Amino acid sequence: MLEIRSLVKSFGRKAVLRGVDLTVAPGETVVMFGPNGAGKTTLMRIISTLSKPTAGKVRVGGIEISYAPDAVRQQLGFVTHAPLLYDSLTAEENLRFFGRLYRLNDLDARIDALLRQVGLAARRHDPVRTYSRGMVQRLSIARALLHDPPMLLLDEPDTGLDQHAAAMLHRVVAEVAGVRQNGEGEGKRASVLLTTHNLERGLAWADRLVILAGGRVAFEARRGDLTEESLRETYDRIVGERG
Amino acid sequence: MNYLRQVAAIVWKDVVAELRTKDIFSAMFVFALLSVLIFQFAFDLRVENVKQVAPGVLWVAISFAGVLGLNRSFALEKDKGSMEGLLLAPVDRSAIYFGKMLGNVLFMLAMEALVIPVFIILFNLPLYLPGVLLVVLLGTLGFAGVGTLFSAMAVNTRAREVLLPILLFPILVPVLISAVKLTGGFLDNIPLSENINWLQLLVVFDVVFIAIAFMTFDYVVEE
Repeated sequence: MLEIRSLVKSFGRKAVLRGVDLTVAPGETVVMFGPNGAGKTTLMRIISTLSKPTAGKVRVGGIEISYAPDAVRQQLGFVTHAPLLYDSLTAEENLRFFGRLYRLNDLDARIDALLRQVGLAARRHDPVRTYSRGMVQRLSIARALLHDPPMLLLDEPDTGLDQHAAAMLHRVVAEVAGVRQNGEGEGKRASVLLTTHNLERGLAWADRLVILAGGRVAFEARRGDLTEESLRETYDRIVGERG
Repeated sequence: MNYLRQVAAIVWKDVVAELRTKDIFSAMFVFALLSVLIFQFAFDLRVENVKQVAPGVLWVAISFAGVLGLNRSFALEKDKGSMEGLLLAPVDRSAIYFGKMLGNVLFMLAMEALVIPVFIILFNLPLYLPGVLLVVLLGTLGFAGVGTLFSAMAVNTRAREVLLPILLFPILVPVLISAVKLTGGFLDNIPLSENINWLQLLVVFDVVFIAIAFMTFDYVVEE
């Protein structure tokens, strides 16, 4: 679903990504860890077409992002710690607006279903500015899932949330993104690439784990090959070595 | 057709948000009103000279107030992080430009609809002439057409409030001169045939600069 080859991104003379290679298979959940400044957000922004790579290739669903960015955007849902919503609009108005941008049919039914899934149906007519941080993030997930994308990018979606809200957020993502509709009524898992600083939560959720450090993928393992303790030791060693 | 629906969605979003917050309109309206009042008192206008300066006063008020609105147009998107939400959608970048530009035109026309009656009362001039209203429409279109592009450019800079008028006004000189000449001409009952060159300049400016913005907006909003 996602294929990244020799990806380099520099800001002036400063290289943030120095040759990242990463794949996410269809239906797979890959969790990426890394210290601040490792390039996680830069990588997510490049995949989402918000930023252009200096060198290297990124393909989403087999489409090279620089050749057909609109087609790539149609396949992606992106959640960041910033909600990317309009706080003077209601939840329903926000979703209706983005639904029109994504040229969705049967928008009313889709909005109803998503607001129920993220637990905001009762507050659908309230302006987003009256929501708690956790509610805003759940609506942000609904926005990202509105067009039923086969690939979800979640960039530290739990930043600023308390334990309870973060747990609820992850449950919502697991429920909503875990099974996407393929248009014929049958379920199909979305691919997920998620970044977080929370090792425990990331381990619980991942099929595969990646540590990004020094602008490269410094470690990669399947979840079954790691315990929380061994992951923490590996993470501390890699981050310590890189300074 | 989908393209037009996307443009309409962006206009709808801006209008609904503005009706709730009045962030852009209130700043533009109050500034324009104050400008007109200050000019009225400062010039101590008399009947014999009012027609000479009134078109200039009107367009200074409209353009200065318009810059305030343009500054807020993309700044609100940027500051609240919603600009990236727009850029993540599979929307041609030019649809974002046209949506934002039409929103700015609507806000400016709403401001002008309230300021012009005040102007008529203070300056005792018959501005509700079809020719003057056409000039206001074309001038506003040119102003917002270029201004929306420059607003998107300036929003990523730290000194955006200062940078936008510095970038914008030199480019807008043809619009402002044409609009002032045409407004004065209509107020003085000068036949349009004598001022047709200014009208042509205004129309050509609108078409050319909106076309340039259409072609370049993609590069302006890219990182």
